[in-house]
Amino acid sequence: MRKYALSHLQELEAEAIYILRETAAQFENPAILFSGGKDSILVTALARKAFYPAKIPFTFLHVDTGHNFPETIAFRDQLMEQLGAKLVVGLVEDSIKSGSVKEETGIDANRNKLQTTTLLEAIEEHQFDACIGGGRRDEEKARAKERFFSHRDDFGQWNPKNQRPELWNLLNGKLNMGENFRVFPISNWTELDVWQYLTLNNIAIPSLYFAHERQVIRRQGTWIPNSEFISLRPKEEVVTKKIRFRTLGDITITGGSESEADTLELILEEVAIARQTERGNRSDDKRSETAMEDRKKEGYF
Amino acid sequence: MGLQHEEKEILRFTTAGSVDDGKSTLIGRLLFDSKSIYEDQIDNLQKISEKKGISHLELAHLTDGLKDEREQGITIDVAYRYFATPKRKFIIADTPGHVQYTRNMITGASTANLALILVDARKGVIEQTKRHSFIASLLQIQHIVVCVNKMDLVDYGEERFNEIIEEYKSFASKLRINDVRFIPISALNGDNVVDKSANMPWFSGDSLLGTLENIHISSDHNLVDCRFPVQNVIRPFSDEFHDYRGYAGRVTSGIFKKGDEVMVLPSGFKSKIQSIVLGEEELEEAFPPQSVTINLEDEIDISRGDMIVREHNQPEPQQDVEAMLCWMNSDVMSPRAKYAIKHTSVEARAMIKEVLYKVDINTLHRQEEYDTIGMNDIIRVKMRTTKPLLVDEYNQNKGTGSFILIDESTNETVAAGMVI
Repeated sequence: MRKYALSHLQELEAEAIYILRETAAQFENPAILFSGGKDSILVTALARKAFYPAKIPFTFLHVDTGHNFPETIAFRDQLMEQLGAKLVVGLVEDSIKSGSVKEETGIDANRNKLQTTTLLEAIEEHQFDACIGGGRRDEEKARAKERFFSHRDDFGQWNPKNQRPELWNLLNGKLNMGENFRVFPISNWTELDVWQYLTLNNIAIPSLYFAHERQVIRRQGTWIPNSEFISLRPKEEVVTKKIRFRTLGDITITGGSESEADTLELILEEVAIARQTERGNRSDDKRSETAMEDRKKEGYF
Repeated sequence: MGLQHEEKEILRFTTAGSVDDGKSTLIGRLLFDSKSIYEDQIDNLQKISEKKGISHLELAHLTDGLKDEREQGITIDVAYRYFATPKRKFIIADTPGHVQYTRNMITGASTANLALILVDARKGVIEQTKRHSFIASLLQIQHIVVCVNKMDLVDYGEERFNEIIEEYKSFASKLRINDVRFIPISALNGDNVVDKSANMPWFSGDSLLGTLENIHISSDHNLVDCRFPVQNVIRPFSDEFHDYRGYAGRVTSGIFKKGDEVMVLPSGFKSKIQSIVLGEEELEEAFPPQSVTINLEDEIDISRGDMIVREHNQPEPQQDVEAMLCWMNSDVMSPRAKYAIKHTSVEARAMIKEVLYKVDINTLHRQEEYDTIGMNDIIRVKMRTTKPLLVDEYNQNKGTGSFILIDESTNETVAAGMVI
């Protein structure tokens, strides 16, 4: 590599740090949307780097469906303690109790869609004017059109036709009363970039990403973890497999794949030669062709 | 595999075109042939193609976007796509080519190293080709690659290819373009897209992907004029870092080294660089587009919007700015109206005092008479700002030569500006 050139990871890092610093400068009360997944862990690591040796100047917001992997919650609490960060948790359970959402029923019921309401309620309660997320443009076609600073109206809705143009690196975070922004510092990263960066920088991630033995059920071509929230259908049986998860969502909808990759290096190899998309094991995206776009318009992450 | 040690450069390029010139097919082909498409995406593609009764894989569907876009068969907004080869990581800003979407082309062009322009071999240079080329030259994209597509429909003829080159060159002589190359391709059949085509042995140049992988982009950053706009001041207020004061920002241009004598604008205070840090790591020097934190030897009052430069190479503090503006909002420009202006990390207000002319982007003629300035118009203006801005000419320095205007009542970004 020639002198005065950055590698792709260094350039992506520089871009993300720039965006995080603009977020700190342009907003009064920004929060990092923390899910415990690798993308939000990456955003957190980048934020730490951006403001070091000062603390990360953002609150952390976790929308807890109550259907999380216990490992995710344990990881979250440990990381927050380590950073000395302020964490607020929005509980989907509370939104159900207050009647603002209704629990889905039926065999495919899950709490994925309900999260949006809880998220919007938490934004309003804590008066966050910017929520920083780990969304990436390579994940899904509706996300390919996201801005770094994504404008949301006072109902938290995303209007893809009315987004502000983003020119050069000039970001316009001005907002009217009641509106807020979603900020996506790692928009330009691909799944492989994320794994390469995590590996190179030796960043800790939940054990769920590494191959481990687990009780699972075969459903829609993927291994769904057995849990108290799952009801078995006829002919389904619980088996033990060595699997790992490529993305982490709720325990009810996140499928794992059989794998022997139990180190970051091995995961990296697996991702590099993967022939299926990352979200292919996520049943929340399989509900329809426009599942992500529809949820985003309502105010999803 | 050693992947974790793999270092690639990023090349950002923009494409523009309409539905039928094969732009989506070309991007689909690049993604497909560079093996950036996953099996489940191919399965999905097969299903869509079968449903439509097409025998081949409809590659254009790989770039399908939002519901409205699919229904209308058009691209409304800038879409970003990614692929990588062992040599480079590519970021494509895919923008629609119609005149009403000029603003999207400008958005995509503002961060691009390279513009890919598609010409239909049967039609030759058309208005849209000129429009896209003009925008590429206005935004100073360093490299232009003209792909003459659908060569299969003109019998892969060398003569037709050369005719189009001549046609393009005679029009482009009016533009400021540094580096332009021509490649005859067929996106549908894959000729000269990834591999060299056996159908056009007369073409001695590289394939499109070969060109994208090898084009020299190192001189795209200005490494001479030191400009470091301060984004934030880092003050930990902890026992361990009691008196720590770091200036966080991204190097716009030039190379900053530990020990360098620097000057802070607008105050004019001088100091020395004590250290340059990125997280816990100390760096000997910083260059564009790195994000770092600079610590100075002296305690001086610095805040967001200030700029660290060299004493003998300073930007011009200007309150009267002459610029090219691209109007990007559906609200028309009001004469002598005031807007918020964002330039580097500075925010001020600006008034448009005078519109010198409007550019007809199809003919490149200057129109001194016009009715209104509205969406997609490109104009030359004189502005007055509420405080001096530390600007350079856009042609010398994109980072300190660019700005945006914001409507203070709607908060929307209404114009992109380039300092002349």
